[in-house]
Amino acid sequence: MKTRIAWIAAFALLALLPGLPEPIGTAFHLELGAQVLTMAIFALSLQLLVGCTGLVSLGHAAYFGAAAYVVAMLAPQSEAGNGWWLLAASVGGAALLALLIGLLVMRTRGVYFIMVTLAFAQLVYFVVHDTSGFGGSDGAYIYFRPEFRLGGALLFDLQKPAHFYWFTLASCGLTVSGLGMVLRSRLGHAFAGIRHNEQRMRAAGFPTVAYKLASFVIAGGFAGLAGFLYAVRNGFVNPEILSWHQSGNALLMVILGGLGSLAGAMAGAVSFVLLSEWFQSLTKHWQLLMGGFIIGSVALLPHGLVGGFRALRRTRPAAREIAR
Amino acid sequence: MSFALEARGVTRRFGALAAVDGVSLALQQQRIHAVIGTNGAGKSTLVNLLSGELPLSAGQVLLHGQDISRWSQPRRAAAGLNRSYQRNNVFLPLSVRENCRLAAQARRPAPWKVWERAERCEYSNRIADEAMERCGLAAAGDRLAASLSHGQKRQLEVAMCLATQPRVVLLDEPLAGMGAEESQRMLALLRTLREDHAVLLIEHDMDAVFAVADTITVMVNGSVLASSLPEDVRRNPQVQHAYLGGEQEDADG
Repeated sequence: MKTRIAWIAAFALLALLPGLPEPIGTAFHLELGAQVLTMAIFALSLQLLVGCTGLVSLGHAAYFGAAAYVVAMLAPQSEAGNGWWLLAASVGGAALLALLIGLLVMRTRGVYFIMVTLAFAQLVYFVVHDTSGFGGSDGAYIYFRPEFRLGGALLFDLQKPAHFYWFTLASCGLTVSGLGMVLRSRLGHAFAGIRHNEQRMRAAGFPTVAYKLASFVIAGGFAGLAGFLYAVRNGFVNPEILSWHQSGNALLMVILGGLGSLAGAMAGAVSFVLLSEWFQSLTKHWQLLMGGFIIGSVALLPHGLVGGFRALRRTRPAAREIAR
Repeated sequence: MSFALEARGVTRRFGALAAVDGVSLALQQQRIHAVIGTNGAGKSTLVNLLSGELPLSAGQVLLHGQDISRWSQPRRAAAGLNRSYQRNNVFLPLSVRENCRLAAQARRPAPWKVWERAERCEYSNRIADEAMERCGLAAAGDRLAASLSHGQKRQLEVAMCLATQPRVVLLDEPLAGMGAEESQRMLALLRTLREDHAVLLIEHDMDAVFAVADTITVMVNGSVLASSLPEDVRRNPQVQHAYLGGEQEDADG
C-alpha cells in the first residue's frame, strides 16, 4: 500500500514537469524527460527478466530496436499514421521476435544464456544493418508522428512536447503497474521461485521453460513499447539502437538501480541517462566519468541505488536507538 | 493389480559406471518401501531417476500402471509423484509459508490470472497451511526459510513435497542430521503419510527403517541385493555380510 502511494506520488510529481516555469519546463527538458522515461520503460522490461526471473540477457536491444524499426517501416511517408495500429504492430512484433528467439535460447543457462542472447541480438543487428530495405547503416526516417485518435478526437497531439511527454509518462506508468501486477500474481511468484531455485520449481511441477519463455516474451513486449516511443520521439532509427551497447546500457541501468525491484530499474534509468547527459556537457571524455561512477556505485552499493536507500532507512532508527 | 509406482530394470550409466544397474522395485499404496545401502550404492540416483530429474539409460518407470519413463519431472509431479531432497533444497530467501504455497501453486498454476494476487489463491493457501501443520511448521510460517534450524529445514523439505499433493512420495533421507526428538517427530509423520500415500524411503538410520518400513530393498553398487520384509532382510546372510553385519563379522573374527 505504502509503495503504491509512493509510486502514484512520484508519477503525479513527474506529470507537473510541463507546467513548471521557464528555466525547467522548456521543450528541451520535456524532450529529455521523455528520453529518460523511455529508457526507464526499457530498463523496467529488462528488470522483469534479469532481476525478477533470474535470466541475464545481453540481447535485450533486439526487441527495443525491432519495435522501433516496425514503426519506421510501417509509418506512412506522407501523412501521420494511426498510432494505435503502429503501437500494436511494434509491441506485437517485438513480442513475436522475443518468442522466436526465446524458443531457441531457453534451453541454455547462466553464462551460455548471456552469450546466446547476445549472439541472436547481433544477428538481428547485422540483418538490419546489411539489408537495404531497412535503410542499412544510414537508418530510416519517420516523417510524421503518429496520431492517437479516439472516435474523431485527438487524444494526444504528439507534435507538442508536453503531450508527448505526458504520453510517455502514461506509458511508463502503464509499464510499472502492468509489471507490478504480473509480479504480484501467481505468474510473478513462479518467476521469483525460478530465480531462487529453478530445480525445486521443476520438482514442484512447474514447467519452468514455459514460464521463462513467458517472462522473455512479456519483457520483449515492454521493450517494444520503449522502442516505439524512441522511434516516434526521435523520428529516426538506425542499427545502433539494436547494438550490444544498447543492451549493455539497459543491463547497467538495472544493476545500478538495484536488481529485482521496479523502483530500482526506474532509479537506474533516470540516473544513468541524466548523468551521461551531464557528463557529456562537461567533457569529451565523459565515458571515463560514467565508468568511474558505475564502478564506484557498484562497489559502494552492492544492492544498487534502491538497496542503498533502503539500508539508509533501516539504519537510521537503529542509530537513534544507539544514541539514546 | 497395478502398483502405485513400479521400476523395471531401471539403469543409469555415467560413462562406464552404472550408478544404478537394473533396479526393479514396486511401491504399493499405504506401504512404506525403504531402500538402504552404503554410501555410493546409488540410492539418491535411483530417486533422481524415478522422479524424472535424470533421464534413464535403460528400463521403465510406471506410475499406476502407466509408462512414465519419458515424462519430464514437472509432468510427473503434476501426475502425483513427488520427492524430497537429501540436501536441503528450499527457497531460502522466502518465508516458510511462501515456500509451501509455491509448491502448492504448482497444482493450480493459472499463470494467465495476472490480475489476481498470488496470496489470493485459496487452494494454495489451504494446502500450504495443511502441509505446514502436518510437518510441525505451523508456528514458523512467517519465518524466512534461511533462518530455520537444520531439523526444521528437513521438515520444510517434506512439507514442500506434500504441498504438491502427491500420491507417491520419494523421501531422500528425511532424517539426515536430525536430533533424536526431531527424528521421532519425523517418524510419526512418516507413519501418518503411509495412510494415504505410497512411500519410498531412503534412509541411513537402521533403527528408523526397521521401525516404519513394510518392505526393504538393499542396494549394493547400484544393484538390488535383496528385497523383502524387514525380518527377512535382517536374517538374510548376504545382507548381513555386505552391509548390516560387516562390523559384527569383524568383531567375531
